[in-house]
Amino acid sequence: MSERKIRVLVAKPGLDGHDRGAKVVARALRDAGMEVIYTGLRQTPEMIAEAALQEDVDVVGLSILSGAHMALVPRIIELLKANGQESVKLFVGGIIPDEDVPRLKEMGVTGIYGPGASTEDIVADVRQSVLAAA
Amino acid sequence: MTLAQAVLDKDRLALSRLLTRVENDTQEGRAALAELFPHTGKAHLIGVTGAPGTGKSTLVNQMALHYRKQDGKRVAIVAVDPSSPFTGGAVLGDRVRMRDLAGDPNVFIRSMASRGSLGGLAQTTAAVVQVFDAAGFDVILIETVGAGQAEVDIARLAHTTLVVEAPGLGDDIQAIKAGILEIADVLVINKADRPGVENTERALKSMLELAHPVKRVFRHHGQTMTVPAQEVEEDTLLWIPPVQRTVATDGTGIPELAEAIARHAEHLRQSGDWVARERARLQSELDALIQETLVSRFRADVSEKRYEEALSQVIQRSLSPWEAVRMLMNGRKG
Repeated sequence: MSERKIRVLVAKPGLDGHDRGAKVVARALRDAGMEVIYTGLRQTPEMIAEAALQEDVDVVGLSILSGAHMALVPRIIELLKANGQESVKLFVGGIIPDEDVPRLKEMGVTGIYGPGASTEDIVADVRQSVLAAA
Repeated sequence: MTLAQAVLDKDRLALSRLLTRVENDTQEGRAALAELFPHTGKAHLIGVTGAPGTGKSTLVNQMALHYRKQDGKRVAIVAVDPSSPFTGGAVLGDRVRMRDLAGDPNVFIRSMASRGSLGGLAQTTAAVVQVFDAAGFDVILIETVGAGQAEVDIARLAHTTLVVEAPGLGDDIQAIKAGILEIADVLVINKADRPGVENTERALKSMLELAHPVKRVFRHHGQTMTVPAQEVEEDTLLWIPPVQRTVATDGTGIPELAEAIARHAEHLRQSGDWVARERARLQSELDALIQETLVSRFRADVSEKRYEEALSQVIQRSLSPWEAVRMLMNGRKG
């Protein structure tokens, strides 16, 4: 029996086209031994929820630099729930103003990371969240 | 309701969860596979292999669109990407090229990491394909890791194997392609809008002609010479892999490719090769399971201590490996 692999969906919802950060995080998670499904740019919340369902991921990581996080994140949470995936952990990275952080956490986002966050912290937090849920 | 029953009822979340258990080779996954097995054997399994960057994912995307629009078939896609040999991690990026398929409940895309397997597929890809088959998908497209020469596992799994090439991959194209050509049921030259497509096509066709000579008459130094055609027995149906040009980014050549695939399926059925391939596939699966079961039974019968003793005797050269095996198998203390 092979060990259980942590599966993570890394997605870029919305219209900004900068996926450098998402790729850096995807790579860091890969180097930590996780299986990262990368979906590419300009995904709708529906596409992200569908991919999360088909790939049976433990974690969804969103990269949002456009400022649309307060619209996108709740929609994605809603769709994950509708699909029966309420146990999936959600992480958000990008440009998130401080005042939005508590509100996002309240919605159920596990971790939020801005510019300068260390990939080691992200990897540790992702692993911790999955192990805690298991 | 068991997970397997939910899968038969077309529950997508249950399907996805079962795929994970099957991929991880858990007890639960195996039990479900056993339950689903009678429902398998209906899907057309199409393998897509070829070197990295030839456009396999984009081609799979277009083929899935075609099967949805033209035939209304339910399509599953299993896309395998490599795991890191150092960390065991993987970035699975085939979905990036398959965004046109989003929002269609009759398409299901699953990414798999190869997890150390070297044949171009993961160890459990065949089992994952079985789950999709039982779940009622008509066509299952299996995309291998970017493959060079030795990744031929797909030919054992799929009914129809496509080998994807692209123009301009280098002058050594023939040498490289000689190995993988053998498993192709259909050859695809993708990116056929690129310069050099004629050269690639000529190279592929001449390779095919070596395997399947056609009668040719030509003049050489003023003499008329004849290359005889391959002798074919009357009752054997010979399949000569067609060479199809496609441009997967805009869909050019996809209907013709689908037609070639359909002709191949028809050929398999008429020639009896479909049954033969199924038999070979299930036999190798059965053999692998027998092997695995024997090994685990052996491990259960023979204590770790006795095994270690035998091993240390082998290391000291006081016992040969063959004698050690005989001793352990016979259950003698030695």
